[in-house]
Amino acid sequence: MSGSVSLLPERAPTVPSSGCSEPSVLRERGQHEVFCGLTGIVWMHRKIQDAFFLIVGSRTCAHLMQSAAGVMIFAEPRFGTAVMEERDLAGMADANEELDKVVARLLVRRPDIKMLFLVGSCPSEVIKLDLSKAASRLSKTYAPDVRILNYTGSGIETTFTEGEDRCLAALVPELPVSESNGPELLVVGALADVVEDQFARLFGAMGIENVAFLPPRRSGELPAVGPNTKVLLAQPFLTETMRELAERGAKHIPAPFPLGAEGTTAWLKAAADTFGVDPMTFRSATAAAEARATRALEPFRDALQGKRIFFMPDSQLEIPLARMLSRELGMEPIEIGTPFIHKAHLAGEIPLLPEGVVLSEGQDVDRQLDRVHAEKPDLTVCGLGLANPLEAEGLTTKWSIELLFTPIQGYDQASDLANLFAWPFDRRTRLQV
Amino acid sequence: MQLTVWTYEGPPHVGAMRVATAMKDVHYVLHAPQGDTYADLLFTMIERRDKRPPVTYTTFKARDLGKDTAELFKSTLIAAHDRFRPAAMLVGASCTGELIQDDPAGLSKAANLSCPTIPLELPSYQRKENWGAAETFYQIVRHLSGEPMDEPAKPDGARPRCNILGATALGFRHRDDVTEIRKLLGENGIDVNVVAPLDASAEDIGRLKDADFNVVLYPEIAEQAARLLKKNFGQPFTTVVPIGVNATREFVAEVRTLAGLDVLDREAGATRLPWFSRSVDSNYLTGKRVFVFGDATHAIAAARVATEEFGFEVVGLGTYSREFARGIREAAKNYGVEPLITDDYLDVEQAISEAEPELVLGTQMERHIAKRLGIGCAVISAPVHVQDYPARYSPQMGFEGANVLWDSWVHPLVMGLEEHLLGMFREDFEFSDDALPSHLGPGHRVAPQDDNAIRVPDTGKVAEGEAAPAAGVWASDAEAELKKIPFFVRGKARRNTEKFASDRGLSEITLETLYDAKAHFAR
Repeated sequence: MSGSVSLLPERAPTVPSSGCSEPSVLRERGQHEVFCGLTGIVWMHRKIQDAFFLIVGSRTCAHLMQSAAGVMIFAEPRFGTAVMEERDLAGMADANEELDKVVARLLVRRPDIKMLFLVGSCPSEVIKLDLSKAASRLSKTYAPDVRILNYTGSGIETTFTEGEDRCLAALVPELPVSESNGPELLVVGALADVVEDQFARLFGAMGIENVAFLPPRRSGELPAVGPNTKVLLAQPFLTETMRELAERGAKHIPAPFPLGAEGTTAWLKAAADTFGVDPMTFRSATAAAEARATRALEPFRDALQGKRIFFMPDSQLEIPLARMLSRELGMEPIEIGTPFIHKAHLAGEIPLLPEGVVLSEGQDVDRQLDRVHAEKPDLTVCGLGLANPLEAEGLTTKWSIELLFTPIQGYDQASDLANLFAWPFDRRTRLQV
Repeated sequence: MQLTVWTYEGPPHVGAMRVATAMKDVHYVLHAPQGDTYADLLFTMIERRDKRPPVTYTTFKARDLGKDTAELFKSTLIAAHDRFRPAAMLVGASCTGELIQDDPAGLSKAANLSCPTIPLELPSYQRKENWGAAETFYQIVRHLSGEPMDEPAKPDGARPRCNILGATALGFRHRDDVTEIRKLLGENGIDVNVVAPLDASAEDIGRLKDADFNVVLYPEIAEQAARLLKKNFGQPFTTVVPIGVNATREFVAEVRTLAGLDVLDREAGATRLPWFSRSVDSNYLTGKRVFVFGDATHAIAAARVATEEFGFEVVGLGTYSREFARGIREAAKNYGVEPLITDDYLDVEQAISEAEPELVLGTQMERHIAKRLGIGCAVISAPVHVQDYPARYSPQMGFEGANVLWDSWVHPLVMGLEEHLLGMFREDFEFSDDALPSHLGPGHRVAPQDDNAIRVPDTGKVAEGEAAPAAGVWASDAEAELKKIPFFVRGKARRNTEKFASDRGLSEITLETLYDAKAHFAR
């Protein structure tokens, strides 16, 4: 098994060769303009269809969820908040009793729930309410009908997509033990259903039959894991989950992330090499789709070539995105801000970044905005708290949260991904008011 | 702990942000964990503001908790002061900041900044957003409005002056309400001295005392500050909220009295509502059953407008503003309904399904309850979403506000002709019962489904009177006949008939029973 990714010689390099293996990393402390991990619930509750996410927190947590989830809260929501009140802060025993009452009430009302996540928040952690103990206590009561798990989505512990990481990490100990003698592939990270199905077909065409996805669509379909499990990460923010999987004996397959035509090929190739798929089989399984993706990207190249792009930290997707946008569409990243850099998981990405780019980890938002103002990038990727204010100053922005709510991975989404970045420019040229 | 899916109000520090963001040169430093900056989106996205809110968050993380979070607060405060150079600073904590007890008040005093700092004590686990806004505005007025001074006597012929109090950022239609009321005051010869907090500077707060009286547009936010101004500077304040034609007329009379002007007896020519409401096509609005819910000010005003100016019947009235529940209780007595004081939307949902209204006047939340139940709905109060911060001029207050109310409340109702045809031809493929009203576009009504809602089981509240009797069994022909009654009154008819049957101990509901009940209730 080779850990290195061979970028395919058939592709003529259309971009200057790049190299950012040892880029300088700017580390900043100060105000972080980011979401907390609770926000991950917004998409995780759609993915696992019989799970309920109960935040134990304050009114602020409930307010965040309804502001982030917008209109979805009314379509039979599968998340809610146990809002702590003053009497809950008075004594711990009391808080546990209250929690039991809320859970009992919830499960009576919603017999369709098969998995309940007790999600920790800043207030519950600061008062040291032990939700993992509560989860195992409650599990005794409700087993085998309902599995009750716990993870933290608090802002003090997690940033935005790390909420998904902690949630999946909480699932790992629940995974059955794998009985398989041959190698099996586990693809980890919540993907749009359509993307998951595409990947399953591609692996099938390569002859990799034994493929499972985490998270599953239903809590009863948890994939097995064991020493023969090879893990392909579909998302860059899965630090804890990978650590937990490694504890169970699974091996990480180093790979870039499946964004763009090149990224998707390299990602699939990493799996193919691990499973000993012969190169001809790999080509026949992927060549048509790759060519289709490359063709679909062409029109966007004209719009994006040479455009300077600045990433504010948000989801940890920034580095893979910058790699895809620079290599496949000719954009020029100036600064790539990201909440956290996992060196090992990004080992396939960082060397592909263009020379001279600045990586920044963490944030001091005011100072970072000073740099945005000084650089005047063509496009700034940022959160919704900053997008309109920057637009009002005449800068073009792309709001970043959309990248989590849109199918962007894989060959057939490459042009959708490019379009997300081309759209703001398109709009600017159309508007004449 | 309270199981919450939807909260009508945010935490109190969001109220403080609404006041800070409304003002010009005030900066708010908030001791809060990473992630609480989500609140910026309320202003930049929902209200579409083109600037970041003037709020700096300490955004502490777990690793900071082992260290000196107080030091972090202090350095954040000084950095924000040096960067933004505000005329005044607000300091406080969010819910998690409150738990770690770093005393922002003491720390800001020790920092000895060049501008006044106003500490905010906002108990996050007891109070909510509107209270937070009211308390913040009160503290700003207390700190910045200065000392009472012996005023020089006003020169003869000087126009009376008032302040307009209560409008904030993220307020429901505050922008246009202020414009409308300013215009109305001007037409009555009254000048506006200061509008606050909206668009006011710290210096403007110091000029509040120059006015003759105060106009309180939103008591939930400004009443507390208005009382303080009355105590300190002897300024009286208005009590009528000018929503609806009659309330606006009373408001004009009130401000003229406070301004020392004669009260005029004149027609309100600037509003079209009275004529629209009297024109014959509005006949079918008579006695339409309406359920009203929102903040106390808007709910009380809407109930009055609905009955006096639209000719509706109020079948439910409630608020989530506990601090202002008394007004709702009094108003509910007038309409002979049970007041609903709750911040649990599941209670509201239940009350709406039980009252079976034909129209709901409520918040964004009621819009979705109404959608599920297939009832028309118009929004009268926060919380609201992006569509209720419109580009067009759309006040709720004053005479133009009444025109806006007319259009937006009548729109969700089935138009008169369609209503008649629904009553005549029930089998119509296009205008059938389960289709949405034609003006609401294509689509089907959603059957209400309560089985899956996160409903808290009744806490042993037994319906008044008797244990619910088993309603008579519907004979199939009676059931079929019931289906011929238009959907918006069918629920009412079903319940009336069942009540009629159980009062008489009938075991079966026949066609005869249905029509006997109809005749009985028509009296």
